[in-house]
Amino acid sequence: MATTADSFQAHTDDHAHDADHKPGFFARWFMSTNHKDIGTLYLIFAIMAGIVGGAISGIMRMELAEPGIQYLQWWAEFMGGTPDFDTSLHMWNVFITAHGLIMVFFMVMPAMIGGFGNWFVPLMIGAPDMAFPRMNNISFWLTVAGFVSLLFSLFVPGGTGPGAGVGWTVYAPLSTTGSTGPAVDFAIFSLHLAGAGSILGATNFITTIFNMRAPGMTLHKMPLFVWSVLVTAFLLLLALPVLAAAITMLITDRNFGTTFFDPAGGGDPVLYQHLFWFFGHPEVYIMILPGFGMISQIVSTFSRKPVFGYLGMAYAMVAIGVVGFVVWAHHMYTVGLDVNTKMYFTAATMVIAVPTGVKIFSWIATMWGGSIEFKSPMVWAIGMIFLFTVGGVTGVYLANGGVDDVVHDTYFVVAHFHYVLSMGAVFSMFAGFYYWFPKMSGRMHSELLSHLHFWGFFIGVNVLFFPQHFLGLQGMPRRYPDYADAYAYWNEISSFGYTIMALSMIFFFVNIVYAFVAGKKAADNPWGEGATTLEWTLSSPPPFHQFETLPVIEDHHTAHDHMSKPATA
Amino acid sequence: MKILGSLNGFHRIVASLAMAAMLAFGAQGAMAQDAAEATATEQLEQIDPAEAADVADPDAVAAGSGAYTPMKPTEGKGMPVAGGIDVQQQFSPIGHQANALHIGLVWVMVLISLFVLALFVWVILKYNKRANPVPSKTSHNTLIEVVWTVVPALILLGIAVPSIGLLSAQYKSPPKDAITVKAIGYQWYWGYAYPDNGDFEIVSNMLTKEEAEARGEPHQLAVDNRMVVPAGVPIRFQTTAADVIHSFAVPSLWFKLDAIPGRLNEKLLMIEEPGVYYGQCSELCGARHGYMPIAIEALPMDQYNAWVLAQGGTIAGADEAGMEADPSAVPLQDPESAAPGAAGAGAPPVAPTA
Repeated sequence: MATTADSFQAHTDDHAHDADHKPGFFARWFMSTNHKDIGTLYLIFAIMAGIVGGAISGIMRMELAEPGIQYLQWWAEFMGGTPDFDTSLHMWNVFITAHGLIMVFFMVMPAMIGGFGNWFVPLMIGAPDMAFPRMNNISFWLTVAGFVSLLFSLFVPGGTGPGAGVGWTVYAPLSTTGSTGPAVDFAIFSLHLAGAGSILGATNFITTIFNMRAPGMTLHKMPLFVWSVLVTAFLLLLALPVLAAAITMLITDRNFGTTFFDPAGGGDPVLYQHLFWFFGHPEVYIMILPGFGMISQIVSTFSRKPVFGYLGMAYAMVAIGVVGFVVWAHHMYTVGLDVNTKMYFTAATMVIAVPTGVKIFSWIATMWGGSIEFKSPMVWAIGMIFLFTVGGVTGVYLANGGVDDVVHDTYFVVAHFHYVLSMGAVFSMFAGFYYWFPKMSGRMHSELLSHLHFWGFFIGVNVLFFPQHFLGLQGMPRRYPDYADAYAYWNEISSFGYTIMALSMIFFFVNIVYAFVAGKKAADNPWGEGATTLEWTLSSPPPFHQFETLPVIEDHHTAHDHMSKPATA
Repeated sequence: MKILGSLNGFHRIVASLAMAAMLAFGAQGAMAQDAAEATATEQLEQIDPAEAADVADPDAVAAGSGAYTPMKPTEGKGMPVAGGIDVQQQFSPIGHQANALHIGLVWVMVLISLFVLALFVWVILKYNKRANPVPSKTSHNTLIEVVWTVVPALILLGIAVPSIGLLSAQYKSPPKDAITVKAIGYQWYWGYAYPDNGDFEIVSNMLTKEEAEARGEPHQLAVDNRMVVPAGVPIRFQTTAADVIHSFAVPSLWFKLDAIPGRLNEKLLMIEEPGVYYGQCSELCGARHGYMPIAIEALPMDQYNAWVLAQGGTIAGADEAGMEADPSAVPLQDPESAAPGAAGAGAPPVAPTA
């Protein structure tokens, strides 16, 4: 049929000559197959989830600002429960659960992997899009569905009150026989959905990175951010199915009479913890590795130097990923492990400090001898490296199984993981945001507002989280809504720090509005000669479809010197 | 939980290395003393319980050995101090040993953080755009890369040796004649069973703020019935739970052990001197997770026995004397002989049938 063939021909021609042909609003944003649009969706979603998760931490810091229960009764009533004592306390557990799950699964992961990963992995390897654009779309909407399921769980009965009050770890038997009502089921289902989305996303990234690199871009020439997403994708692919299995067993224990985690039927509550942390420990590297990648790009760009020890940096991430799978039981030091098991996990956990140290020293060595410009992404990156170091050394402290006994499940642990996540991961996300915002939007943000945001946030989170080390050493357990008077001093200061941090976020949002309303148009490469990766060879924002003619990476340069100019449409 | 019987040769070497490393971390006299005390506890099994009880400070307890009145807690002992920034003062041999390692680790953490901070200050001052307009193109230096891999590894090794030594000390089994105390976690209170003293159980609920203040105790920590134990002697301490997972934690004894349904966890607990030691449940267990504190009252042995009798229990020593006389009797819950069944057995301690 000649007509069909002709029209098909015409159709392909149409595409080839009109790279910026964008679909209508609904088709573009709700049925998107474009990696940059999906990346934008992920970033907007992560910011919205971050607002919810951050507001919940505000509720918690408000309650903890002074001893006694001040506001929980009000929240119990607000969420549709009765304002009695147990329901009020249950609301506390709902808040800590929601805060943890939202920040991990719906803020950090979508922003880093879904947002920046989607946006910049194809751009940095010189690919036109992700390998499976439609799967990319379903990954995003599964994440949204997961978030809706989690929010829904807040308003249905969860045992002592509305919502799931089991902690982000969802330990059995509190999450099985200990919580009646559908709230925990919805929370678990939310993890299933978000996990499925992440597994699909991980396969997409692995396929893209292995198969769609531009000619001449060998694995050892890939920008470190791409390396970091590759390692992260493997961690996701290997860890998330284990979580899926564990929480499926929770669902069947809860609803279908199985006893995987119930000793009355021959099950074991500790089995759940092993399964959860087999996922959970790689998960913490999933949250920080893309940040490592971003920091490497940024430090190199603003020092105007190639990354120091590129191969060491890449393989340090691989090493962290591999060793990250064999240290899980350091989250379970007090469950009654065998002494030899505890010795092994102590030693193995400390090993991780070596590749992490390599990364920190390599970043500093990249700056060493450089010509550093303290633009907004760079100050966030420097802040990240230092605060991550502080979080890292407390990690070495906690690795010691014998010492850990006194601080296990106390605020010391809370301080530790907020230093590596709320400072490590979040600082790298802000660094990445300010680094790539001009590229993504085509507009320059205000350097002044970004610096004000940085200093407010830097001071805020340190005042917020550093005193929690003291609380933990003094023995204050985590997940407590009330405490003895002795803990009042540092708790009040900690809550004060939250206020500083929250106020600094105003600069962030004003900055985004400013950029779109009055921001200067961004050049293709606003950061100068230090920015050498392929995304800076494209326009800002990049064309709707890029690299229709693939860029060729020259052989005699390293990936961190110049890339050849690609032929853009 | 499997418990290693006694230190084998390797562990002894590790333990002595641990002492050496701890002394190397800081030359403070206090630390040396801590380490020495830890060494002293190696001979723990040889100490006569009665003797240990005699050395304990008699002023700290209520006068009159016969009657039991709840001991007044000492401000700042066995409880958090207002605005405190360090671990609580320790009152167990393990606590002293761990505290020495803790001090060393804090120094390592502070020095590494300051070192990285100093490097940052240096590069920021020396290599900013104004001070150094032309960047170098150095991107490799094998020697320095080897150095910053090997030196941290050596530091970690230096930490690992005393850390492994501490672990092996923490897993020492209580002697066979140690009194058994079992904590059972409930939503949301603790039960304390005394299987060697007639198997009675104490139920321990948190006091309200008003009640606690009336008794001169810290609220959120004070309970109606404390877990009373003898001071100065090793105790075979067990935990389990009836509903969900709880965790028995006492910061001033460097002690934390999860209480898990279907499992019986066991650990040696040794409190050096009489006093009241507070702790809190440390595993999320539902709504009132923050409202099931722990209060241990350690008493000299004779006062402990008096307390046991007042609860309707029997004196452990009398029991055991009888047992020793009867060669067929086996002590309750021997951790070594019962090891295969002990891990996750889930049954309360019962006399083996053999």
